[in-house]
Amino acid sequence: MKYSLENTFEHDIARNLGIPNLRYFGDVAYGGGAGCGAVGHAAMAIATGTAETVVVWRARNRGSGGRPWASKSNRIGGELQWYLPWGLSRPVDQIAMLARRHMIEYGSTDEHLAAVAMAFREHALNNPYAMMKKPMTREDYFDARFVSEPLRLFDCCLESDGALAVVLTTPERARDLRQPGALVSGFSQGIGPDHMVMANYFTPDPLDSPGAYAAKDLWNAAGMGPEDIDCVQLYDAFSPLVVISLEAYGFCKPGEGGAFAASGALRAQGGSLPCNTSGGSLSEAYVHGMNLIIEGVRQLRGTSTNQVQCETVMVTSGNGVPTSSLVLRKAA
Amino acid sequence: MSSPPRPVPDPDVAGAPFWDAAARHELVLQKCTSCGTVRHPPRPMCPVCNSMESMFEQASGGGRIWSWVVAHAPVLPSFADKVPYNVVVVELEEGVRMIGNLLDVEDDAIAEGMEVVVDFEDVEEGVSLPVWRPA
Repeated sequence: MKYSLENTFEHDIARNLGIPNLRYFGDVAYGGGAGCGAVGHAAMAIATGTAETVVVWRARNRGSGGRPWASKSNRIGGELQWYLPWGLSRPVDQIAMLARRHMIEYGSTDEHLAAVAMAFREHALNNPYAMMKKPMTREDYFDARFVSEPLRLFDCCLESDGALAVVLTTPERARDLRQPGALVSGFSQGIGPDHMVMANYFTPDPLDSPGAYAAKDLWNAAGMGPEDIDCVQLYDAFSPLVVISLEAYGFCKPGEGGAFAASGALRAQGGSLPCNTSGGSLSEAYVHGMNLIIEGVRQLRGTSTNQVQCETVMVTSGNGVPTSSLVLRKAA
Repeated sequence: MSSPPRPVPDPDVAGAPFWDAAARHELVLQKCTSCGTVRHPPRPMCPVCNSMESMFEQASGGGRIWSWVVAHAPVLPSFADKVPYNVVVVELEEGVRMIGNLLDVEDDAIAEGMEVVVDFEDVEEGVSLPVWRPA
């Protein structure tokens, strides 16, 4: 299973591995919003007996092609025609617009966003695989340049090349493996009403994110609620998405996600809801959220470099776009 | 070195009446002829009553700032000579929102709820974009 904006194809991998017949494959839509959905589709294929073992992967190699929003032509069709002509072009611009509105409606601040970025940096310092190796102070955060006001440099994810994979199989088969398994307890996808891909200001309430819709189905599917979750991995292409997802999935009331982050709740060291314990997209690497899923598995196996007491993990994919989410728990 | 040309709309069937009107410096909005719901951006079907019948009506041209960003480098090459520049979301009097640029206001002076009126910027032959100025 792959998800969109992936340039490596199933048949290429199958040919290279010499697989005689790949009998299940698929592609979940919406890039950064899709990783958890791809894991969920894989789990469904296994649950129905369509497949026994499924690999979900993500590979990014930015040198081998242009960015999807850097169009070569200046004739812009589709939904881009309603925002690109005015220069609302980069994902950071599109999320900054929502972040500003969150500040207007709820009084969230850049101090809140700084707390998100600093917590994840603190986690990255213990992770030998993380790209960011230096501590970040509050001054470092505020001294950095604006990219799209109100967002600054460290509100934005890293630019990374990398490849990651998750292997899913039946619980019976997983019991015989060397590594302890993590069980997919539930998954969901959601778009919500009247949504566009990312520049989504045309719905009645754009802060009512796709994640708020995915959340209802996720908690039903997993048979638990936010109070049952020990650790979260929230998609953080930009720091405000963490605030919005904390609210969408019910860890905070609408408008309270920023203050919750600023209270230190997201820190592995003593926080009430450790979040993005590998450093996340802001400080580990940006691999379209696949590294968040893998860190969730590490927490359940007890192999995180910021290990917390952990029986249950919730993971989200990008929540500014049509989205997906997972609950994982320790296999019995 | 001159900047590459700015992105301009490549209108589809649903959006063409909006862009044709903009080229005449008129702001129009799509309205369902069955239930009267105004929608933007234009699209084939009314999300409220699922009617495929619609018309375009002149908008009042007034609205308020709903949110905004100020973009800094690096941006797309066609906008590189403008940085820093603002992009705003305007909530129109008709209730729909629209993306644009706010002219004649320092970026630091933009505020939520600021009253604005539409104007038009001619970007190339036959193509004009709605932009906004203080009311």
